[in-house]
Amino acid sequence: MSLTVRHLSVARSGVSILHDVSLSLDPGRLLAVIGPNGAGKSTLLHAMADGADGAVTLDSTAVEQLPRRELAQRRAVLPQAATLAFPFSVLDVVLLGRAPHAGRSSRARDLRIADAALGATHTRHLAHRRYPSLSGGERQRVQLARALAQIWADPDGDDAPACLLLDEPTNNLDLAHQHAVLATARAFCDAGNGVLAILHDPNLASQYADDIAILADGRLQRTGPPADILTASTIAETFGVVADVVPHPQLGHPVVIASGAAGAASFLPDSGAAP
Amino acid sequence: MTTAALGALDALDRQRRRRQSVALGVLAAGLVSAVLTGLGVGAVGIAPLQCLAILGHALGLPLPWTYEPVQESVLLSIRLPRVVLGVLTGASLAISGAALQALFRNPLADPGLIGISNGAGLAAAGAIVLAPPALAAAFGGFLLPLAAFGGALLATIVVYRVATRDGRTEVATLLLAGIALNAIAAAGIGLLIFLSTDQQLRDLNFWLLGSLGGTTWRALLPVIPCVVAPVAALAMLSGPLNALLLGESEAGHLGVPVERIKQAVVALVALSVGAGVALTGIIAFVGLVVPHLLRLAIGPDHRVVLPGSILLGATLMLVADLLARTVVVPAELPVGILTSCVGGPFFLWLLMRRRGLASW
Repeated sequence: MSLTVRHLSVARSGVSILHDVSLSLDPGRLLAVIGPNGAGKSTLLHAMADGADGAVTLDSTAVEQLPRRELAQRRAVLPQAATLAFPFSVLDVVLLGRAPHAGRSSRARDLRIADAALGATHTRHLAHRRYPSLSGGERQRVQLARALAQIWADPDGDDAPACLLLDEPTNNLDLAHQHAVLATARAFCDAGNGVLAILHDPNLASQYADDIAILADGRLQRTGPPADILTASTIAETFGVVADVVPHPQLGHPVVIASGAAGAASFLPDSGAAP
Repeated sequence: MTTAALGALDALDRQRRRRQSVALGVLAAGLVSAVLTGLGVGAVGIAPLQCLAILGHALGLPLPWTYEPVQESVLLSIRLPRVVLGVLTGASLAISGAALQALFRNPLADPGLIGISNGAGLAAAGAIVLAPPALAAAFGGFLLPLAAFGGALLATIVVYRVATRDGRTEVATLLLAGIALNAIAAAGIGLLIFLSTDQQLRDLNFWLLGSLGGTTWRALLPVIPCVVAPVAALAMLSGPLNALLLGESEAGHLGVPVERIKQAVVALVALSVGAGVALTGIIAFVGLVVPHLLRLAIGPDHRVVLPGSILLGATLMLVADLLARTVVVPAELPVGILTSCVGGPFFLWLLMRRRGLASW
């Protein structure tokens, strides 16, 4: 079960946002998409979530042609910022993720899955809390639990592997929670599901992803394992940053150590022009 | 650990369900008492058991309690249509408010506040003053409800278009659009008042202030299905409306056909509010106050907010009507004035509360 993008181009009001992007999200793989602001990463994620004129297929069926419910049973999306102003309890929010299974899934099974999703995101202790009373980091993890509950494969069920699309899941999270969220995504992926994560930090991508795709100016620049993708030259090319890339002392994955924007001096007053 | 945690979740979920069932039970009991009080109180007093006996007799069900013939005719031809109308309009305004608040993802939406009721009112007033007698005869009792529905639908669409961009509704824009629509409707109604004959003027005035009085079965019967059907349909949308509270694209990702649901809510709200307004005139704030009280008491879950709104909306409308026709006996206050007297301050309180607390 793969979510495949073939020759995807997206333009809005005549401006090209994505140009001829092709990639595949496969079961058991975590694909990180990195790239500068405005590269079209969120547009890519939304196209993968909702389909785009047949360019995105789930097991060779165009995503927009799948029945909504069936699609919702097989792919979930973690939004960049979820606003929920109404005082649902955390448990109720996570159970909302079970909506696509209404009628097919029992209450006991929904609760079991909600419990597993809360456990996977370390939010069990929040289950009784009102969602609006949570901190930003807690909300993000609860939303992740909701997305996981939507496509969780229960041992008793007949669920096929699913796709999880994460739109900047580490936004607004402290260091520990950034790692906790990606470790959760990694574990979900290791259970046989495909996970796509849009990330800003190449080092998080390097540590947790099987593959990294670099998107810049609406084009897919490169795709491959972190060791092939994260080099000083690609970092300079993509982000305009001067960086050293060294192996992580314990884990071995490449780590990017940025030393400043290439041409950063241009932000400062030109010393030559000073009187 | 997992079993213990699962047990705790199970208990939490059971507790929520129990609270919801208890709340709905209490609300249903409240509505029954309000109906019996509404039927019984007035110049001719009728005890609750007598009310039951009269209703039972009318339905062919003999009950042992005795009553006078005058009580029977007062109840069946004056009080019962009034109570039925109160139940219908209260239920439709309250569930419409709840559904609109979910649609706009904003707890300040209300059919009166954002111009839907006034849109319906303008169209209905237009029908009263401008419709040639032949047209009125052709449509019978349906002319007013249809006109009001059209006006309500148009107002809802305009407000939605103006206030929503990329699936997000700005509160300020929403309320401002409501102010604009209400101003336009008020100007239109003023113009119609200027154009109307004395008889039409009396009809209009009575009706613009909002009142359940003077209802006859003949006027009421065509309206009943126009309110009951959309209210029942709205009550079945609890799942999609819960998902919509997460956001439109989030609801879409959960498999909710968002555009279809939005269109359905707009059409159903316009139909039920329009039909109610056609008979009662403009009664404001019920749609704002009722869902709020319910959310405060039992949380935002539409599986209980929607049926709860039907019950509490109907109850509050009957209580308001009871007050309206008893506080200044033998005269009668328009019930719309009463709901605004309570609802206006409630709305101010909400605004002040929101300044202190981001949202609820």
